[in-house]
Order: sequence, then C-alpha cells, then structure tokens
Amino acid sequence: MRNAPNPEIEAEWIRRILAGERHLFHQLIRPCERAIYFLLYSLLRNEAEAEDVAQETAIKVYRHLHLFRGDSQFRTWVLSIARNEGLGRLRKKVNLREDSLDALTDAEAGDFTPAILTSWREIPAEALEQRELGELLRQAIDGLPEIYRNVVLLRDIEEMGVRETAAALGIAEGAVKVRLHRARALLQRALAARLKKFAPRGRKLFGCAR
Amino acid sequence: MRIDCKHVWQHISAYIDGEVDAALRAEIDQHLETCEICSAVLDSTRNVVVLVADNRVFELPAGFGRRLHDRLEKELETAGP
Ligand SMILES: [Zn+2]
Repeated sequence: MRNAPNPEIEAEWIRRILAGERHLFHQLIRPCERAIYFLLYSLLRNEAEAEDVAQETAIKVYRHLHLFRGDSQFRTWVLSIARNEGLGRLRKKVNLREDSLDALTDAEAGDFTPAILTSWREIPAEALEQRELGELLRQAIDGLPEIYRNVVLLRDIEEMGVRETAAALGIAEGAVKVRLHRARALLQRALAARLKKFAPRGRKLFGCAR
Repeated sequence: MRIDCKHVWQHISAYIDGEVDAALRAEIDQHLETCEICSAVLDSTRNVVVLVADNRVFELPAGFGRRLHDRLEKELETAGP
C-alpha cells in the first residue's frame, strides 16, 4: 500500500497533538493528502475545487481530531470526512438532492464486455514518459461514471484495500469489488485499441504476438 | 467441464487481484491456455491496471502540499484541535 500508515504511530501523534503539540498535525495528515485530493477530484472533477475542499477537509480533521475513536483506520476516517465535504460542495454547486448524486447504482444495466483482442503486447511503464499516454489514461478515468471512478482512484491508484475503500466510501465490500471489476472492464474497453501504438515493436512480453 | 469466455471475463478482476478460489483459478488457467482472446483480454486489462497505478499518471497539482500546509499552519497557530 502506498504510504502505508502505521496505526500505532498515528495514535501516538494524535495523543500528542491533543495534548498540545499541534505542529505534529502536519506529519499526521501528510500520508493522507494524495488520497484526499484524488477522492475529491473524482467527485468534483475540477482541480481548483478539489484542492480547496482538500484544505477544508484537513482543517476539519484537525478541529475534530478529538472525535477520532480509533475504531477505524485514521485514513479511512479522514476520507469519509473528505467525501462528506465533497458531497456538500457538490450539493451547493448544483443544488442536487443527495439521492440523485448516487443515482447510478450497482443494479444499473450496463455493458461491461471487454474489448475483444486476439493479442496484446505489454506497454512498459517507461512509455509513461510520453505525455500523450498519461493524458489518455487520465481521460479514460475522467470518463468513468463517478461510482466507478472513485473506486479506481482508491483501489488501483492509491492502492487501498477493499475493506478500507468500502469504509471510506460508505459502501459494502461486495460493491467495491463489483465496481472495480466494471471500472477495469470499461477502462480496458476505452483504452485497448488506443494504447496499442505505445507497445514497443518486436518485443513480445506476454500474449501472442502477431 | 469447460467454462466459456464470458464466464472468464466476469472473474477477470478478481483473478488479477488473486481473489478467486483454487478451483476457479484452475478452470480459468486451463481456459487461458487455449483461448487467445481471453489471454489478450487478461493481459490488456492487467496492463491497464498497472499503468493507471503509476504515480506519473496522477500527480498532485504543483505546490499542492505547500499551499495545504501553509493554510494548516495558520489554523494551527490560531486554534487547538
Ligand atoms: Zn476465452
């Protein structure tokens, strides 16, 4: 897990912050920053707003630190606050009722058939040096419905576990798995054909070359 | 009993995450040996997952951390938790 938090150290820092060593809050929140930002970006789809709400989230976490009970991971608690803050911002912005924000449900019919290929050449991570490839990947994720996008961001990008993702988003673990599966299928379908040109020529890593 | 391609696709994400049980894994592995479509679907999906997870795809905006901690510092100076 990226920036894997250590619950014992976190608990110690929280105790000391509450006892007056306020400056420790900087290092307490630092490992959560990426996840806070990208969860909010997934919700708001706007960099400036995601950053603004991320700052508000961090301040809210600080002010409410005495309420953290330690029965969940600190980061999970922080992310559920971030999500609430983000939903609050969305509601203000578009005057949506809460239920319409989650209008797309897991029961929603959809076609999650992958793109059918007969061969695949692996695209190495080095190819990410090309701006175009990163842009393509970001666009594909931006194009996912929100309920899939936030699961991809937490599971595949922040590399959080199923249980922590479920707790942060307030959904069941089964829903995390279903949504992640669908998200990956949608990404594979959106990207497979367009990614092919980034595969190195004459290099067969797996799959059958043609 | 052989499983079909659709069945394999249904479990591809769990397969990548190592979350299918041994019996199903064996069935899928057997299917993959002879089905080039499912092999390519699996390889491409796994490749997409790996690329998407790369730090270079999603970067925090430049200066994000500094602005966040500057704002926090103001809060920390004025109020206790
Ligand atoms: Zn097949």
